[in-house]
Amino acid sequence: MQLRKSYFADVRKDDLHEIGQPRPRSDSPGHVTGKTAFFADRNFPGMLHLKMVRSPHHHARIRSIDTSEAEKHPGVVKILTAKDVPHNVYTILILIQIGPEDETVLADGKVRWKGEAVVAVLAETERAAQEAAAKVKVDYEVLPAVFDMEEALKPGAPLVNEYHGQNYYLYDSGECRKVRFGDVEAGFAGADHVLEQSYQSSPIEHAPTETTGCVVAPEGNDRFTCYTNTQAMFFTLDNTSIILQMPGSKLHFVGGTVGGGFGGKVDVIVEPIAILGAKLTGRPVCFIYSREEEMQISSPRAAEKVVIKDGVMSDGRIVARKVTGYTDAGAYSRHSPYGAQKGAGHYPGPYTIPNVWIDTYCVYTNRTPSSAMRGFGVTIGDFALEVQMDKLARLIGMDPLEFRFINAYRDGDMKAHRQPTEGAALIECMQEASRAANWPVAEKFMAMSSYVKGA
Amino acid sequence: MALALQTYATVKDANAALKAAGTRYLGGGTLVVRAANEGDVSVSGLIRSTEPSLSTIAVAGDKVRIGASVTMAAIAHHPDLDALAKAARAVGGPAIRNMATVGGNLFAPAPYGDFAVALLALDATISTDDGDTPIETFLANRDGSRAIVTSVSFTLPKADSFRFLKVSRVKPKGVSVLSIASVLERSPDGTVSSARIALGCMADRPMRAIAAEKALTGRSLTKDSIAPALAAARDGTSPITDPIASAWYRNEVLPVHLGRLLLA
Amino acid sequence: MAKVPVQFTLNGSDKAEFVDSGTTLLHALRDKIGDTSPKGGCHQGTCGACSVIIDGELRLSCLTLAETCNGATISTTSGLSESGVLHPLQRAFLDTFATQCGFCTPGMIMAAKVLLDHTPNPSRDEVVEALSGNICRCTGYEPIIQAVLTAARSNSQNAA
Repeated sequence: MQLRKSYFADVRKDDLHEIGQPRPRSDSPGHVTGKTAFFADRNFPGMLHLKMVRSPHHHARIRSIDTSEAEKHPGVVKILTAKDVPHNVYTILILIQIGPEDETVLADGKVRWKGEAVVAVLAETERAAQEAAAKVKVDYEVLPAVFDMEEALKPGAPLVNEYHGQNYYLYDSGECRKVRFGDVEAGFAGADHVLEQSYQSSPIEHAPTETTGCVVAPEGNDRFTCYTNTQAMFFTLDNTSIILQMPGSKLHFVGGTVGGGFGGKVDVIVEPIAILGAKLTGRPVCFIYSREEEMQISSPRAAEKVVIKDGVMSDGRIVARKVTGYTDAGAYSRHSPYGAQKGAGHYPGPYTIPNVWIDTYCVYTNRTPSSAMRGFGVTIGDFALEVQMDKLARLIGMDPLEFRFINAYRDGDMKAHRQPTEGAALIECMQEASRAANWPVAEKFMAMSSYVKGA
Repeated sequence: MALALQTYATVKDANAALKAAGTRYLGGGTLVVRAANEGDVSVSGLIRSTEPSLSTIAVAGDKVRIGASVTMAAIAHHPDLDALAKAARAVGGPAIRNMATVGGNLFAPAPYGDFAVALLALDATISTDDGDTPIETFLANRDGSRAIVTSVSFTLPKADSFRFLKVSRVKPKGVSVLSIASVLERSPDGTVSSARIALGCMADRPMRAIAAEKALTGRSLTKDSIAPALAAARDGTSPITDPIASAWYRNEVLPVHLGRLLLA
Repeated sequence: MAKVPVQFTLNGSDKAEFVDSGTTLLHALRDKIGDTSPKGGCHQGTCGACSVIIDGELRLSCLTLAETCNGATISTTSGLSESGVLHPLQRAFLDTFATQCGFCTPGMIMAAKVLLDHTPNPSRDEVVEALSGNICRCTGYEPIIQAVLTAARSNSQNAA
């Protein structure tokens, strides 16, 4: 590793002692000896195994649920349905006042995506739980489903989620998050070229090697210890407290060791139902996703569609940018209203553009609920923006890297959402990239600075 | 019903046990234990046999008999089976190859079963206690097959006449986009006198590219003269669609890869 | 439920347990014997996190039934270090930052150990091939490959 201390040398003291020095990782000795305790490495006598009966339909009304055969199955200890969950309708961002509550822990009357949890079976062995789950009878009336965001936004589309009342998240700003800066239409009118392109992505699964799960042990005093691989410990504890209507002081969460997360383990999915199972049976409970569940059931990165319209001058200046972003939340909100909002804040990218118009929609469809994943809300947007930047450079016959130098934001520039830019190091990053990639740019760009006025 | 394993010293006794409902034969475990792990509750009894002949490789002249329990690793390392080593190594990673058996590979659903593609090109004979069956017939009827496969037999291909190609996105170990095996006999003038071409992932089980075989016969192996065979490669295919590739994609790239195999 | 006896040598110690027939070796090791170093990542033979060494061969404990291991000699990553001294592979994984989340690490080390047992001075390609059945989703493959090559070098230095 190299530290290029020449950058920012005049504004920062050369007093780095730790950065740039190799230091042993504190967790590595446990990893290489196999001693690191992941949640599933906890084992308790008498532990029950939880298996979920899931919806085979994308959208259906539940006419009835019959668990009588499953209850008689040898080894079955408890079967849970929606009525057993104290506060069954929840949404995780309610902790920061982002409602409405729109998702059921166990489906109640309706399923909105293929794979939705309907009935939880707790049994002495994994096999007994699987066998009993196969005996649960659910009578469904299949409803029309919608899988495409633009279809979902059309009048007359099947309503995915009644708690919202329409197939988009209603922000305080209306049907979408909006950024308005300058006069974008005037910018297009005065531009030498206008280019509108649309970009889209499919859902992406995080595929951690350790699947999502938890092990719960009753402490014998109405308190429960939950060993979990959540990436969001207190988020999970607080939501569990709401769902189970149980004070947080009764919940003891042990975690921090995660066998790969990438954002895929921030939803509150396995812990509440496993703790409920432990509470109602008085037994330890483990609920661990199978590989198939991890791939099909856990939230992926949202599918996105991004439409970008740019006005550009022949000298390389972008004078207007209009972005419409669509985030496919799937059937429930989870973190997606936040993701779509982040997108609005992130556009128009790390560029200073005088006229900007941004709308970002969080759309509900009958697909697997999406949620967090590495830079969600901005990663797909960055892909779209940077492909668009290359296309614009080609359109005006300019080197793509020089084109970015011309438009790069610098300290003091006003961003579209009216935060002044500070600490921008984009110019310096591109200068280093130019050297490292052996992609030379004109000397004047190598002399630029993010923070020196006039440079 | 819980899962239970029964082990028998002879194939005969194991075959008798397999008559019970809910039973399946356990080879290397890479298919049947996987299914049980994934919640397939239709199987409650696993049957296996430790009869030594199941684990032996016999080579006499150009005749080869491989016991059904022989692993991919054992084939890959066998000094007389160099020609097949590439196909055996195409299966899984090192641990899987230490477990996966020849017999099991005959039952592996696409996109698995790369070794069976090689066996199909070699026109292998599949043996059970009930008798011998040509591999093509065996594969066609495998879903209803109950008799334990005891061995596969074939004639070793003449030098360089056997070719195998597995196409995967991840290397060195990846699930097949498709696999191709061929046995090409050549006349003294270099033209193809007979061809057997087998394809993997182009249907739910290995299949022969019969139209391509016909179009190749009498041709030399040059870009122009194999063109009709490549054009006929998709004849009769119905590829699987899975997370690795769509049926459309598999059909699109099949002639490209067949061309590479033939011109290699 | 029918219990069956299983008896094998694990990391040099004799082990005997009664397990349900059909129990995988992975479950027997983790839940019965208490060696949790093999991990269950996929239970379908894809990820390699459950890799163990049985009679000198790399195997997937998630697809191996415990009762088929009677009389076998089994090694896992938890048994590699002797009296607190790390095995050269463990040392190399530590020194070359070859661990991230750590979930794949015990399986990776088993796959690497079998390679070095048979091929003390492997080429890079041989290392890649040997690890090809083990997935590191944190995608730290390069440091892992370097760790195995480093361990091979330190072994050959010690032997010299």
